Amino acid sequence: MAVSEKLYWEDIEVGKTIALGEKRVEKDEIIAFAQEFDPQPFHLDEQAAKDTMIGELIASGWHTNVMLMRMLYDSLLKDCASLGSGGLEEVKWPEAVRPGDVIRGTYTCLESRASKSRPDVGICKVVCEVINQDDLVVMSCRLSHFFRRRNGERQQ
Amino acid sequence: MSGFYEDIEPGRKIDLGSHKFTQDEIVAFAERFDPQPFHLDEEVAKASLFGGLCASGWHTACIWMRLMVQHEQRLREELVTSGEPAFGFGVSPGFRDLTWPIPVYVGDVITYSIEYLEKRPLRSRPGWGLLLHQDEGINQNGEVVMRMTSNLFVARRES
Repeated sequence: MAVSEKLYWEDIEVGKTIALGEKRVEKDEIIAFAQEFDPQPFHLDEQAAKDTMIGELIASGWHTNVMLMRMLYDSLLKDCASLGSGGLEEVKWPEAVRPGDVIRGTYTCLESRASKSRPDVGICKVVCEVINQDDLVVMSCRLSHFFRRRNGERQQ
Repeated sequence: MSGFYEDIEPGRKIDLGSHKFTQDEIVAFAERFDPQPFHLDEEVAKASLFGGLCASGWHTACIWMRLMVQHEQRLREELVTSGEPAFGFGVSPGFRDLTWPIPVYVGDVITYSIEYLEKRPLRSRPGWGLLLHQDEGINQNGEVVMRMTSNLFVARRES
């Protein structure tokens, strides 16, 4: 890939929200994820969910997290000199994700700075949100996202 | 997770068991949810900051979740076997300070734990309390590969 096609740290604008695409969440995938990683009754089965604190089938919060990750990859990271993240400061699941919901992701860089220890690396403080078809935030997170700087590729 | 709210002792740490991360499993997870090249391709990963093929941090965390639910299921079965009422599973409103200090590489065996930090009753949800807990994954060399602090709704006995 030509250097000019890729997004580097310098290309991530502070304050600008990047749309991460949209996804319909199917009942089958909610259940399949839960069977593998979070087999609690309200993520597995509509009938069993009725007797729980939630009362209905909803997606695992971890499933929402990784659906965001996938949207982030497909819409941004794929064409970008991303170096990943060392973690997340905060993750909230304020609303449930239900079968048939259409969710979309957003990515907003709040602050940007060059790394002091790595001259070829820049760091963005980011907020991501997952929003449903009723414009309710179903998941939000804050993280530090590392990127290679435009000068970084030449230095190595 | 934990059983009932009343039975939770803050300060107690529980071993949730271990999981070995195979290459096939790391790649399969990454293909579905986090297809960054250093989770998919050994050669690319060697040249990256990670220096080798490593699991998505989300994968590391999702295995914590699975072992946690399995632990909870065991507790529930024990209660039912001894003739006590079973507690209802609670959801989590979220977590904070999730860090992945070092990567999980192919073949690593991660041992997971939960430590109960604080609990408080909830006025807004009678029958439930809120538990703050710290969660960790540690590799075969004793290094922390994942840590987070989470909240969880826990059923009360006298509800």
